[in-house]
Amino acid sequence: MTFLRSILLRREAGILIMIVIFCAAVGLYKPQFLTGQSLRIVLLLTPLIMIGAMAQMLVLVARHVDLSIGSMLGFSAMVVGLMYREIPDIYWLVGFPVAILTGAILGLGNGLLVTIFKLPSIIVTLGTLSLYRGLTFIISDARQINRSVIPTELKAMSRTSPIFDIPWIILIAFGIAGITYVIARHTQLGRQIYALGSNPEAAPLRGIDVTKVTLIVFTLAGALSGLAGILYASRWGFVNPSNTGAGFEFQVIAAVVIGGVSINGGVGTVMGTVLGVLLLGCVAAALPLLGIPGSTQNAIYGAVILIALLIDRSVRQRGMISVAGAAK
Amino acid sequence: MTPERPMLIEARGISKQFGGVEVLSDVDLDLHVGEIHALLGENGAGKSTFAKILAGVHSPTRGTLKLNGQTVDVSSPIAAQKLGIALIHQEPVSFPDLSVAENIVMGRQGGGLLSRVPWATIIADAERYLDMLGVSLDVNRPMRGLSIANQQMVEIARSLASDSKLIIMDEPTAPLTPREVDTLFAIARRLREEGRTIIFISHRLEEVRMLCDRVTIFRDGAHISTQSIDSISDDEIIRLMIGRTLKKFMRKHVAEIGETALEVSNLTLPGLFEDVSFSLRRGEIIGLGGLVGAGRTDVARALFGVQPAASGRISIGGSDATIEKPTDAINLGLAFVPEDRAGHGIFATLPVEHNLTAAIPGKVAPRGFISRKVERSISQKAVSDLSVRLASLRQPIVELSGGNQQKVILARWLLTEPDILILDEPTRGIDIGVKAEFYDMIGDLAEAGRAILLISSELPELLSLCDRILVMSEGRVTAELPRGEATQENIMQAAVPRSGVAA
Repeated sequence: MTFLRSILLRREAGILIMIVIFCAAVGLYKPQFLTGQSLRIVLLLTPLIMIGAMAQMLVLVARHVDLSIGSMLGFSAMVVGLMYREIPDIYWLVGFPVAILTGAILGLGNGLLVTIFKLPSIIVTLGTLSLYRGLTFIISDARQINRSVIPTELKAMSRTSPIFDIPWIILIAFGIAGITYVIARHTQLGRQIYALGSNPEAAPLRGIDVTKVTLIVFTLAGALSGLAGILYASRWGFVNPSNTGAGFEFQVIAAVVIGGVSINGGVGTVMGTVLGVLLLGCVAAALPLLGIPGSTQNAIYGAVILIALLIDRSVRQRGMISVAGAAK
Repeated sequence: MTPERPMLIEARGISKQFGGVEVLSDVDLDLHVGEIHALLGENGAGKSTFAKILAGVHSPTRGTLKLNGQTVDVSSPIAAQKLGIALIHQEPVSFPDLSVAENIVMGRQGGGLLSRVPWATIIADAERYLDMLGVSLDVNRPMRGLSIANQQMVEIARSLASDSKLIIMDEPTAPLTPREVDTLFAIARRLREEGRTIIFISHRLEEVRMLCDRVTIFRDGAHISTQSIDSISDDEIIRLMIGRTLKKFMRKHVAEIGETALEVSNLTLPGLFEDVSFSLRRGEIIGLGGLVGAGRTDVARALFGVQPAASGRISIGGSDATIEKPTDAINLGLAFVPEDRAGHGIFATLPVEHNLTAAIPGKVAPRGFISRKVERSISQKAVSDLSVRLASLRQPIVELSGGNQQKVILARWLLTEPDILILDEPTRGIDIGVKAEFYDMIGDLAEAGRAILLISSELPELLSLCDRILVMSEGRVTAELPRGEATQENIMQAAVPRSGVAA
C-alpha cells in the first residue's frame, strides 16, 4: 500500500496516466491512432525535443533557464551546413563533433555571462537568443542550406535503423536520455547540480564550486543543442537561418515543465522529462489525425500544456494531503 | 570534571568589526576536550559572532585560534569542517530537495565531478550515523518537510560523519518541544563521553544548568567571565549579563493618562503566546520587555491582525473589536511599526514620498487618482515634522540612513492618525543621536494623547520611556512593573526562563 502510494505520488505516474487517457480518448475517435505506425510518428516527432529537454532539465535543476537553445541549435546546424557546402568532400561524420563543439562554445558564452557578470540567466539567454540567431543570419548570408548539400548518409539516419526498425536519431535521443540519467543520478556533478538548485546559498558552504558547476551546465546545454542542430539537418534535410530551431526553446521548456521539473530548481527527473516529451509528441501526432487545422494547432498545444500542469498540481496536492493524513 | 583536561581550542584576542563597529573585542577563551561549554549573554553580546568565527563563517579582524596546540586558520566553513569544527544553526542549513543521506555526506566526498556517487555506501553510512544518535529516519526521503528537530539531528549526524571534535549548537532548543530537548541533551552527553567538545548557546539558564560543565558570559562584545556552572548562581549570571552602568535618558514630561484605549484579555495563540492580558490608556506608554523569541512580536502581530490570536478578547475604546486582518486594525485606529524594517516596513526602491503615503491612499487619491500636489504637501509636512534628513522626496528610501528610514515609517503611520501605536524595536540599528530624537518623539506622541505599546530589548530604553513594563518569557507575561519599581535586574529576572520561574 505504501509502496503503491509512493509510486502514485511520483510525478511520473501522473504524466503516464495523462498519456494513457489522452491516447485512449483519441483512439476511441480515430482507432488508427493506436497502431504501431502512429507510435513511430510520435517517436519521430520527438528526438530533437528530447535532446533539448535533457539540456533544459539540467539547466532548470540548477535554478537557471536557457532561452537560447533554439538559437544555438540553429547556429550549430548552420555551421555544419556551411561546412558541408564549402568542403563537399569532407567525411560526413565530422559534422557531429563540429556541431557539438560549436554549441558547446555558445553555451559556454552563456555560462560566462551568467557567472562573471552575475546576471540572471533569463536575461542573458534572452539576449543570446537574439544574438546567436543574428549571427546565424550573418554567417549564412541569410541563405538556406539546401537539401542537395546535406550528405545522404546524414539524411538516412532519420530513416534507416541498425536495430528493431527504430531510426538512428531516435536511438541517439534515448541514448542521450540514458547518459543524462547517469550524470544526474550517479555522478558527483549531477548531485552538485541538484544541490546548487535546491539551495544556492548553502552550496558554497558545502564545498560546491558554484561557478564551475554553472559553467558546465550551460556548456552541456550548448553541446546538446549543437547535437540537436545536426540532427535537425538529418531529419529535415535543410538548414534555414530563420526557421531552424525557432520556437524550439518553448517546446522544450513545455516538455520539461510538464515532466515535473521545477522552475525553482533542485527538482526533476530524466524519467519525468522523457514522459513530458512523449506527451507533447502524442498531442502533436494526434492533432493532424483529428483533422484540426494547422492554424489552431498552436493554441491547442498551449492549452494542453496548461491543462497538464493544472491536473498535475491538483492531483499532487490531494496526494500530499492524503499522505499527511495517513502519517498521523 | 577534572580541571587538567587537555585544551581543544585556545582563542586569543579574537576581535571582529562589521562596518567599523566592533562587535567582538579581544576575546580569550579556552575550551577543554570533552566538555559542554555554555555561551551566555544578552542579544547582541557577541556570542553568536564568536561561534561563527570558530566555524569559519566570519573571519576575525584580529586574534589567533589554536586547535590542539597548533595555530589554525579557519578561513571558510569547509576549512572548519576539515579541522573537525561543526556549527549547527538554529534553523539548519540544508538542501531541501536532496535526500537525508545526501545531506549528511554532502561536502565530505572527494573525487572528481564525474566520479561515481557511491549510493550504497552513502546510505549505509547515513543510517549508521543516525543509529548512533538513536534516531530513526528514512534516509532516502527528502529533507523538505522534516521537523526542525529532525533537521537538527541530520546536522548532528553530519558533524559525526566529518568526525567533528567541536560541535557548536546555536540556540538549538528554541524551536524544540520538551521531549525533543531531552533527546538532544541525551545525545549531547553521549557525544561528550566520546571526548567531543560542545559549545551550547542558549538563553535558558535552566537548560544550561542541566547540561553544561562551564559557562562563559559575554557582554557588549567582550568576554566577561568563565566559571564552572556549579560555582555560580543564576542571580550572579544575570548580574554579569547585564552589568553595564545605566545612563538614564529622562522623559521630559509625563503625559496625562486618560481613559482606556486598548484592553486585551486572555489573548492566546498556541505555541506563540498564552493568556496575555493588559490594558493600555491614552497618554500611556507600556513597555513590552523580554528576550527575543519570548512572544512579544507575536502579540503585536496578533493585535494588528497579521496573525490573529486563536482566543481571547480585544476591546478598543471600550467596545469589543474583531481584528482578523491589518485593514481591520487600521480602521480601528491602530498602527504598527514592525521590527524588520527591510522585510516588512519599507518599499525599498520606491521614493520617500510614496513610502510616506502608502497607508493613506484615500487622502492622496481623493477621486481614485493620486494627486501629486496633495501627496507632495503631505510628505513635505511629515518630513519636516520629524526632521527626516534627505536629499529629495523623490529619493528611493533605501538611500536614507537606517534612522531616517525608521522615521519615514513612523511618519507613515502617524499620517493615519492612530489612537494606538505599536512600536516594535523602533531604535534597533539606529545611531545614538537619532535614538534620542526618537525618544523625544515617542514622549510627545504620548503627550498628544496616543496610547503606545513599545517593544524593546534595550532595558534602558524601556526604563526611561515607559509608564509600565510588562515582561514576557516563553509566551507568557511573567511580570508587570510600574515605572518606579522597574530595574534592569527585576526585568531580566522575569525575562530569563529558568527553573521555578517560568511555567
